Amino acid sequence: MIDYSKVLSEKVADLKPSGIRKFFDLAAEVKDVIALTIGEPDFKTPWHIREAGIDSLKKGRTWYTANAGLAELRDEASKYLKRRFNLEYNASDIFITVGGSEAIDLTIRAIIDNGDEMLLPIPSFVCYDPICKLAGGKVVTIETKRENDFRLTAEELRAAITPKTKLLVLPFPNNPTGAVMRREHLEEIAEVLRGTDIMVLSDEIYAELTYGGERHVSIAEIDGMKERTIIVNGFSKAYAMTGWRLGYVAGPSPIISQMLKIHQYAIMSSPTTSQYAAVVAMRDCDKEVEEMKNQYDMRRRYLVKAFNDMGLDCFTPEGAFYVFPCIKSTGLSSEEFCEKLLHSKKVAVVPGGAFGSSGEGFVRVSYSYSLDHLMEATKRIKEFLEEMEK
Amino acid sequence: MDQLLKLLEHNAKLTSDQLSALLGKSEKEIAEAIAEYERENVIIGYNALINWEKIDPNDCTAVIELKVQPKRDYGYDEIAAEIMRFDEVQTVWLMSSSSYDLSVIVRGHSFKDISMFVAKRLATLDSVTSTATNFVLKRYKEHFFTFEDEIKDERRHLNID
Repeated sequence: MIDYSKVLSEKVADLKPSGIRKFFDLAAEVKDVIALTIGEPDFKTPWHIREAGIDSLKKGRTWYTANAGLAELRDEASKYLKRRFNLEYNASDIFITVGGSEAIDLTIRAIIDNGDEMLLPIPSFVCYDPICKLAGGKVVTIETKRENDFRLTAEELRAAITPKTKLLVLPFPNNPTGAVMRREHLEEIAEVLRGTDIMVLSDEIYAELTYGGERHVSIAEIDGMKERTIIVNGFSKAYAMTGWRLGYVAGPSPIISQMLKIHQYAIMSSPTTSQYAAVVAMRDCDKEVEEMKNQYDMRRRYLVKAFNDMGLDCFTPEGAFYVFPCIKSTGLSSEEFCEKLLHSKKVAVVPGGAFGSSGEGFVRVSYSYSLDHLMEATKRIKEFLEEMEK
Repeated sequence: MDQLLKLLEHNAKLTSDQLSALLGKSEKEIAEAIAEYERENVIIGYNALINWEKIDPNDCTAVIELKVQPKRDYGYDEIAAEIMRFDEVQTVWLMSSSSYDLSVIVRGHSFKDISMFVAKRLATLDSVTSTATNFVLKRYKEHFFTFEDEIKDERRHLNID
């Protein structure tokens, strides 16, 4: 018999499985659950994007593309970044990845060596930490706070920097809190980083889903920051293209070219059909993005009011498609809250602790659901709270 | 306030409290906008979409194509007004079709019921030159709502992303 525990890489075996697996397993056993757990759009990919994919198949475009992706798509990405976010990148400083996920993986692997430190604001999406560990790096978390609307502050950043710091992950608009960093907040962060060799992984996958009048601002647009920023973005959230698995990175060419090397060896090239579809997405779909954003925006306002009305403090998130109400007033831990809610009302939300220790006391509620669905779910949560008070 | 109309078109039961949250306007603004739309006849009315077949399996609906002789000076309006007066008639549209002029939707308790209505009430009107009755066999979707069970959410709910 092979002792697999001896075969497996220690680094891999030591990775903790996602913290909320247990909760999800529990939820899977309850029938007819009303879930508010999903992190992907409820919309289908706009039809003419799908049509472009179908058309490419009909024409028999079924080969690999260039490693970096279709020239046409990289050109579109360059124009798109300029048009939507005022960012100047040549097509040669952009390449196409398998989702934002691969782009995150490549960025961390290209920068982090054994013993290097990566700064990670939490709560945040769960993938940065294990990837850094696989690269041999050390994750230094920075707890963002409710009183700062879950933004990263300059003081918090300054306090976390050591001589070993090589990379700051900047995951805004944020999953799970919905927090965004506006220009003035980014200026403060830039002030700390300018003059250092610390690179920034700016995960802007939710950039198009920024609410409240002003558009998303990338840290790369701030003075002196373009040279130290790697932008990760993708098609999943903006164009409802999660299943197409397509993203991209943009950054300084000495880094991009090294990342492309890993991509070449590990992936070869991103899915060809998806790339043809993505050309149309970036070129012709501003209107569709706007329409989806309007829908999310209405749901966001509805949920923020609903939670505050039922007595759960909920700050107004300005990005992504999550609200992050505080459940401390119930006296329960977020995991207890979620389990009780699941069993008594068949509503599933995600315990905030799953996104890092400072998410404890909060729950993540996704609004990538229809209004009717959200209304039914909030009605049940309200009943749950009222019954607990008795 | 286009958005307000769209929301109401999909769900007229939304309260001004809910609409105020959804649209980020005060309840007063919402109430005023709705009152204005009602006054201007932009909002014509509110009703429930009912699946009558669940109450009466014989209940049926027909779309009737009418060819009519328009009257001098009145065009089609006079005959349309005459048809609108029948309680059985749900909808009357003037069409731009080469084969007929008015489309009339009628609900009745049976096929026969509707056929008799067409024969006795519509076909006998002076201006009506011919009728063609099309019975609805199955209602799939009306006013954005589907008659079948809910469309299933095929996404994976228990995934961390």
